[in-house]
Amino acid sequence: MPVLETENLGITFGGLRAVENVHFALEKEQIMGLIGPNGAGKTTVFNLLTGVYTPTEGQIKLDGKSIVGKKTYQITKAGIARTFQNIRLFKDMTVLDNVKVAMNYGMKYSFLSGIFSLPGYWREEAQVEQRALELLSVFHLEGNAGDLARNLPYGQQRKLEIARALAARPKVLLLDEPAAGMNPTETMELMNTIQRIREQFQVAVLLIEHDMSFVMGICEHIVVLDYGKIIASGSPEVVRNDPKVIAAYLGGE
Amino acid sequence: MEKKTKLIPKGKLVSYGVNLLLLAVVYAAFFALMGAGVINRYTAGIITMMFINIILTVSLNLVSGFLGQLVLGHAGFMSVGAYTAALFTLHSGLPITVAFPVAIVLAGVMAAAFSVIIGVPALRLRGDYLAIITLGFGEIIRVIILALDFTGGAKGLRGIPTILPSGSDATVLTQVKFSYVFWLAAVTVMIIWAFVRSRHGRAVIAIREDEIAAEASGVHTTYYKLLAFIMAAFFAGVAGALYAHHIGVLDPGNFDFNYSVEILLMAVLGGLGSITGSIIAAVVLTILPEALRDFADYRMLIYALILIVVMLFKPSGLMGQREFSLSRLVKRLTAGKGKAKPGKGA
Amino acid sequence: MNLISQIFNGLGQGSIYALVALGYSMVYGITQLINFAHGDIIMVGAYTTYVMLILAGAPLWAAVIVSIVFCALVGIVIDQVAYQRLLDKGAPRISLLITAIGVSMFLQNLYQTIFKSDAKSISNVLPSFPIAVGGLSISSVMLITIVVSLVLMGLLQLLVKHTRIGKAMRATSEDAAAAKLMGISPRATIAFTFGIGSALAAVGAVLYCGAYPQITPYMGSMLGLKAFVAAVLGGIGSIPGAMLGGILIGVAESLTTAAGLSQFTDAVVFGILILILLLKPAGLLGKNVKEKV
Repeated sequence: MPVLETENLGITFGGLRAVENVHFALEKEQIMGLIGPNGAGKTTVFNLLTGVYTPTEGQIKLDGKSIVGKKTYQITKAGIARTFQNIRLFKDMTVLDNVKVAMNYGMKYSFLSGIFSLPGYWREEAQVEQRALELLSVFHLEGNAGDLARNLPYGQQRKLEIARALAARPKVLLLDEPAAGMNPTETMELMNTIQRIREQFQVAVLLIEHDMSFVMGICEHIVVLDYGKIIASGSPEVVRNDPKVIAAYLGGE
Repeated sequence: MEKKTKLIPKGKLVSYGVNLLLLAVVYAAFFALMGAGVINRYTAGIITMMFINIILTVSLNLVSGFLGQLVLGHAGFMSVGAYTAALFTLHSGLPITVAFPVAIVLAGVMAAAFSVIIGVPALRLRGDYLAIITLGFGEIIRVIILALDFTGGAKGLRGIPTILPSGSDATVLTQVKFSYVFWLAAVTVMIIWAFVRSRHGRAVIAIREDEIAAEASGVHTTYYKLLAFIMAAFFAGVAGALYAHHIGVLDPGNFDFNYSVEILLMAVLGGLGSITGSIIAAVVLTILPEALRDFADYRMLIYALILIVVMLFKPSGLMGQREFSLSRLVKRLTAGKGKAKPGKGA
Repeated sequence: MNLISQIFNGLGQGSIYALVALGYSMVYGITQLINFAHGDIIMVGAYTTYVMLILAGAPLWAAVIVSIVFCALVGIVIDQVAYQRLLDKGAPRISLLITAIGVSMFLQNLYQTIFKSDAKSISNVLPSFPIAVGGLSISSVMLITIVVSLVLMGLLQLLVKHTRIGKAMRATSEDAAAAKLMGISPRATIAFTFGIGSALAAVGAVLYCGAYPQITPYMGSMLGLKAFVAAVLGGIGSIPGAMLGGILIGVAESLTTAAGLSQFTDAVVFGILILILLLKPAGLLGKNVKEKV
């Protein structure tokens, strides 16, 4: 069973059908790419998957169960975590705290434990600190644990966002333009990192990207969107040579 | 005993001990000075208001500083607490030494209950609208209190019992009153301090930083916004109870928008997001008007100017989002040049 | 007072709310700021009229013109000195709101310091005589208020829809960055918006004084708040919405008074605010704008 699949997914804003009849099936630990020209509706699909928008038609299933209509935080708890196109970090919190926030829903100590600093608080906080540092070290950020997120250089901010998403223990990781603004070296490093975390954390990845070498290099399956509809879907080879895809990117006949 | 010290890092235990010791020392000093008559009733009154303002400012800071939502009806929750407590001690029939502590708890609970009624619908809205709705709530409360009979209407409530049975020694009364406000302020600060450093506090701050990202990180934003809101209202209610029994009379005009703005000014001046900042600002802005009594007519004008100037030139206030840390200060003073290690907060 | 004349009172009062609500709406539409101090501009207008009429003995037309100009200037100065700075810095909304509160408090207390807090009498601003309409007797003040308001609102619509500056206002409301690229100065447009809004408030003040000839430094505060509720009710950012909201709030108040519950008018207005924010936060004529993720 695919870990995440959609059927006939669509949403209409006012009179505009932003996304229409989108269907794909993401398998466990698969890396899938979602590409298309600007404005094709890719981030809208992410917003639909994470409950930011409610679809006006179609179905979304996580591990076979429908998540349509669920609130965003519930979907995160169910197993989908994401990063954002424009990086949304908690700027005035430390790097470590950014990660810890995403671990909050899995933590157990009560409100009273928190305000009276009971043993449960100390114990769980120590565990979470440990786990958060380990997660940061995957991205070589453990040395920045005490820095404010706003002070990190751009590339590290992007990595932190991914670390935070992973902290939520997702089954599916949605990455929105993770390589944006990166130079070729950083992009290579990111490709390796994504493959590593796919194995280490057993997570399926769906990513939006414009950098074609990145997409072709790392994705096992690619879905192409244009004007809110899927125009091609298949392996990198197939998609790369599809005339419709080429036309969409180059502006049509 | 062994297990506990392994659980709590030794450094923290030490700083907790130091803080408690300092608190006890300050308390004892004030207590003694009152007993000796060095601090007269007038000064004790100012000190009492100071601690009440600390409770109000720190609780407002929780929701406006840490959660980042501007709330303009804080005085409204205070008035709910004040009237609840006063009506209870006036009519409960219990001896005052029992009735008063009960009244304080009731005041907090009542204010919290009102905040749920307001918060559940209001917190779904964007920041500006929340501010206006809380303002509206404050006004509605004022109108209701004015209209109801048992709250005394426009005449207000008179003759609220002093917290010791009548006929008690005046000095002892001052000391007991002080004890209540001091320790309640201390408890308020400790609870909010601990909250902010717990996972719940982190969630609240994350919401301030970026609500959408917080929600995407699994934080139930509606729940946490409401939690912070209720906590703030609870402590405002407690402050109201203390205020009612300090002043002895309640006038619905006391708890108007102006008072909400004064509390806001203290929170802003100290730094939205800094508990120690709030304490410092509350102390300063309670003492300052007393020191400048000649300018009493210009007080609100000066406050308004201070607010504008702070927002234009130093919106982060005195402390920004940092806390004053005794250990950091000590480390910086005692370490030699270049040897100072950045210390952790106390 | 029978029901119909109460409703006319409501229309009159509502027209004043509408004029003030327009200022709130336009400024919010263009800066996303609730200008708390806007209500106090009414007070500034009222006192200016008072100074001109009573202290300087000037004729009405002079008083009105001076009031309009002065208020417009005050509005622009507040914008440039206080808000623009924060807008330029990209300060968080909470900072803007707090600053606006500060400005409001400042104005109130400044005027209280200068004029003291006792109510000043400012009678006979507008000719007051009963006019027979149908079988009823309506005050000329109310009629003048309604007519003047309608005329001004009509002019404003013309301004916004058919002039270049109006276009600039609309463009800056939609997308300030894009407007800048098109050669529009957001700074100047915003200042102009503040000016117009304040000018309208000044007229509202004169009309208000016609009906309620007593002024205090705090008169603008509740009036402004209610006008704000009117703006929200109609749909903040929408000019027709401000007009509709104003009328509705004015009539609601009159009906409450007619029902003998005049001490609850404030509560009723805020109750309406809470209702509309819960049921349709975008307002009756407003649009739902979702934050881009």
